[in-house]
Amino acid sequence: MRSLISAFLSGLIFALGLGISGMTDPANVLGFLDVAGDWDFRLLFVMVGAIAVHAALRPLIHRRERPLFAAKFPSFAASQVDSKLLAGAALFGVGWGLGGYCPGPALTALSSGAPQVLVFASAMLAGMYLAQVLPARKQ
Amino acid sequence: MTSPILFSLLGGALIGLSASLLLLANGRVAGISGVVGSLLAPVRGDIAWRVIFLGGLLAGGLLLAWLLPGSFAAPASLSGGGVALLVAAGLLVGFGSRLGSGCTSGHGICGISRGSTRSIVATLTFVATGVLTVFLVRHIF
Repeated sequence: MRSLISAFLSGLIFALGLGISGMTDPANVLGFLDVAGDWDFRLLFVMVGAIAVHAALRPLIHRRERPLFAAKFPSFAASQVDSKLLAGAALFGVGWGLGGYCPGPALTALSSGAPQVLVFASAMLAGMYLAQVLPARKQ
Repeated sequence: MTSPILFSLLGGALIGLSASLLLLANGRVAGISGVVGSLLAPVRGDIAWRVIFLGGLLAGGLLLAWLLPGSFAAPASLSGGGVALLVAAGLLVGFGSRLGSGCTSGHGICGISRGSTRSIVATLTFVATGVLTVFLVRHIF
């Protein structure tokens, strides 16, 4: 139960952060990506704020042997750059530049009830599903 | 907004706090595409926290709509492009984020925070193709 409360709070705080920083308005995101136009650099500071806080707290969290309500911390395979990573990131960036939404803001903005967001988020979930199903079929 | 950069920093700090809480309490990485995408191929015993996290995102959205009604300023850029553009953009974001094992939150925030080379390369890549896409759409075509 406690692990569900923390998951809920984490989602809630995440959404508030996205909204306060302006990430839930695609116009801001596209203004940030439009470096050749009237560049809106504000979103750079969203990354700065988020990375600064998480990078500062992470080592403190890892002083514990395990998380509060879970058996272990995540483990990561050796940091390796491969073609899947590059292709995926490249395609994701194109979609981000076309729509102005990355996954978090798209899901948070569903609460606005705007039909455009519903269409975008549905297509996004379909895209996620495809990416998970296609590699499995090849095997 | 009188101090937009302060809002960006504050919002970003909250996102960093959220990622830290999820790591501390649940031992999970706050990569939205991973947290939510895994629900499409659910693994037994690994579903509830993901659904609840998504519920938190939506509840946060409702809170924002109430407290900061301007935060969802109608997606004009989207409506202008029609449904086909929305679908194409959504498909690319969903497909690309899962193929590349992360999005702005997972690679851009959590990954860079731990100094992952993969995440730094992924972030530089998606920002580059995002910039290129906006450049082509706004200044060329």
